[in-house]
Amino acid sequence: MLGFPLFPEQASTMAGRVDALFYFLLAVSVFFASLICILIVTFAVKYRRRSEDERPPLIEGDLRLEVFWTVVPLGLTMIMFFWGAKLFFTTNYPPRDSLEINVVAKQWMWKAQHPEGRSEIDELHVPLGRPIKLILTSQDVIHDFFVPAFRVKKDVLPGRYTTVWFEATKAGEYHLFCAQYCGTQHSGMVGRIVVMDPARYESWLGGETAGVSMASAGEKIYQRLACNTCHLESGTGRGPSLVGLFGKKVQLQGGQSVTADESYIRESIVEPRAKIVAGYPPIMPTFKGLISEDGILQIIAYIKSLTHEGIQAKK
Amino acid sequence: MNGHVTERRLHYLNVNYGVKSWLLTTDHKRIAWLYLISITFFFFIGGLFATLIRLELLTPQGDLVQSETYNKLFTMHGVTMVFFFLIPSIPAVLGNFLVPMMIGARDLAFPRLNLASWYIFIVGGFFTIAAAAAGGVDTGWTFYTPYSSIYSNTHVALTVIGIFTTGFSSILTGLNFIVTIHTMRAPGLTWFRLPLFIWAMYATSIIFILGTPVIAIALTLVALERLFHFGIFDPAYGGDPVLFQHLFWFYSHPAVYIMILPGMGVESELISCFTRKRVYGYRFVAFSSVAIAIIGFLVWGHHMFVAGQSVHAGMVFSLLSFLVAIPSAIKVFNWTATLYKGSVLLSAPMLYALGFIGLFTIGGLTGLFLATLAVDVHVHDTYFVIAHFHYIMVGGAVMAYLGGIHFWWPKMTGRIYPESWARIAALIIFIGFNLTFFPQFVLGYLGMPRRYHVYPPEFQVLNVMSTAGASILAVGYVLPLLYLIWSLRYGAIAAANPWRARGLEWQTASPPPTDNFELTPIVTEAAYAYEKEPEEVYVFGKPAHV
Repeated sequence: MLGFPLFPEQASTMAGRVDALFYFLLAVSVFFASLICILIVTFAVKYRRRSEDERPPLIEGDLRLEVFWTVVPLGLTMIMFFWGAKLFFTTNYPPRDSLEINVVAKQWMWKAQHPEGRSEIDELHVPLGRPIKLILTSQDVIHDFFVPAFRVKKDVLPGRYTTVWFEATKAGEYHLFCAQYCGTQHSGMVGRIVVMDPARYESWLGGETAGVSMASAGEKIYQRLACNTCHLESGTGRGPSLVGLFGKKVQLQGGQSVTADESYIRESIVEPRAKIVAGYPPIMPTFKGLISEDGILQIIAYIKSLTHEGIQAKK
Repeated sequence: MNGHVTERRLHYLNVNYGVKSWLLTTDHKRIAWLYLISITFFFFIGGLFATLIRLELLTPQGDLVQSETYNKLFTMHGVTMVFFFLIPSIPAVLGNFLVPMMIGARDLAFPRLNLASWYIFIVGGFFTIAAAAAGGVDTGWTFYTPYSSIYSNTHVALTVIGIFTTGFSSILTGLNFIVTIHTMRAPGLTWFRLPLFIWAMYATSIIFILGTPVIAIALTLVALERLFHFGIFDPAYGGDPVLFQHLFWFYSHPAVYIMILPGMGVESELISCFTRKRVYGYRFVAFSSVAIAIIGFLVWGHHMFVAGQSVHAGMVFSLLSFLVAIPSAIKVFNWTATLYKGSVLLSAPMLYALGFIGLFTIGGLTGLFLATLAVDVHVHDTYFVIAHFHYIMVGGAVMAYLGGIHFWWPKMTGRIYPESWARIAALIIFIGFNLTFFPQFVLGYLGMPRRYHVYPPEFQVLNVMSTAGASILAVGYVLPLLYLIWSLRYGAIAAANPWRARGLEWQTASPPPTDNFELTPIVTEAAYAYEKEPEEVYVFGKPAHV
């Protein structure tokens, strides 16, 4: 009708909820903006200067009125705050059963790798109706992963992991934008999100560029860099065993402890002296510069796959 | 013998002539002119960059300039407008001219420091212009690391030195105002008798002094990492890229209030004069300026909701950001209430003042969207943000600045500007502004990211509307430049108090003598005593200078 859209498509479980809050804000804003405009125009016309010698009455102000127009906006903004914060919590904590996909950003492209091994550039295929958790990192400057149709956005930082999650509700193709200015081709750092039926996604995973799974790619790097010579499965090596490590609490030297998540493992690879596991000497060399960000993500996938049950089954 | 020659009245403009008398002046009124001319130059340079940006965005393909050039254009538009126009605009021009006059002083407390601050400003401007001439800089005015400190191949260091230098000019101006307001008020001029413009200048000066050193530090660290590879921000050298954002926004968010608080001060003066009433709820308006200056220092993290800071930090910053909105709302309600039963005259300055209320209200309300965590996630770094801060900085600060320039023009020049032209220009600016920036709210919610040279074709219609608006806006800005210059020679001679205002600055000749007042004023009433005659408010004592 207008020749251009006024509102973006809703294609995730978050989209409708963010829009509902947006409409509330819009209603409050339209009310106050109209109120002020109407009052200004009315007063400007009604009390226009009729003679040069007009002497309007002195009105100092009214405490009750001041309190009224302090408290009412304060109340309204608190509604906005709690509503917005509650939704924000949801957007920040992915459901436990999310499908994890790794995304590495660099000037000026997006590289994604699915756990089963298939990787893609400037595209991201995801199944419909399933929560997807993306683990994001950058190889150079700060980028930002933004899908307007999903109402999600997260900065992608060098040297650390951030996560974003969404659950697509409509099959189709959606814009992926880099929203954080990242240099010359910033506006060319765009891609598309392809939302598919789960069955079609499964068959897509096995398609042409499917390689080995991320975990087995990680295992290869693990062996090439001889990580296995120190990190013995039994725990009797020079380094601690990595079996069953992921998600567990690790006791550190000096009494502190840390949960073994992606960031901890990454840090232990590139900066091993930052956190020393209790009972082990600080002898691990840094692997900074020896492994790409993709490689680190594959090693993490491998370490995640090292469970006690898995080792038993192998034996 | 002297029957043919009427004695010419001496004032600050004709007391002496020549380039030297201007470049070595310590008269706050002449220094205001030095600033006025300099920042007008920067305004039109920044405007030229904006024009090229809008022309480029007429089509989605990115065909007018290349990406490198486009990135430099929006960077230099931001740097010029923020650091070399908006921040000095009202404080250094109107503030310089008016602070001593409004409080009945002869000059600022440190006149030579005042002149020094202009020279520092010019040196800083020179570095920045040199950086632009040498090929420009492409980091965005926000200089996010590690892009700015390691990856960019443009003149980051030179630009940063320019901004660093200019910062000292802000600090010195702030210092000068604070000391002047504390120590040089006329007899009887107590704090609660001060015009609200002075309260706004005082609050702004606090931010100048407390905030500016932090941006100087942040930018110095960028330069150190860039030139000597100190590992501060780039993780490859063991740094933290987000640390820069904390340092940058710790200044740059309060800097938004540096830009808008003075505008709010001007607003109170204009509304009061053109309704002939005391500003409604004077103390609430005065204290809300101070509240904004203080709370404004605690909200910087709302620029980083999606930058990887903790969810809880995000919540604290969201809550504080809502709190800072309240004093602004109080001001808007009080200004509106001032119109009630007033004697409203829709002169050109009043048109700017009323336009300011409307546009600032929209700018403020859309700020609530950005403070709301889950909504900010979607609109962060999109055109919604661009539209929001242009409503505050252009719709608010620039409208107030132009309103103020028109209002005090008779005092500054001794001439009256052409009223009809001025009203037409104010109207053109209002229409052009809304057509330029309102479509950008829609673009932003649709998801168009900022700083995009090439964009998907479905965004084109709204971009064309925005560019059409910008061309109207450009006409609106060139008009005052022309007729104000014209009026310097051909404008009608202004009386001492053409608006019949109550401010102390109007109780002396137009243009004022170098020492501002022939006789020392004594103040007996609060500001805006429109229910009384000026003679009942001010008593002039002994000669100010013998």
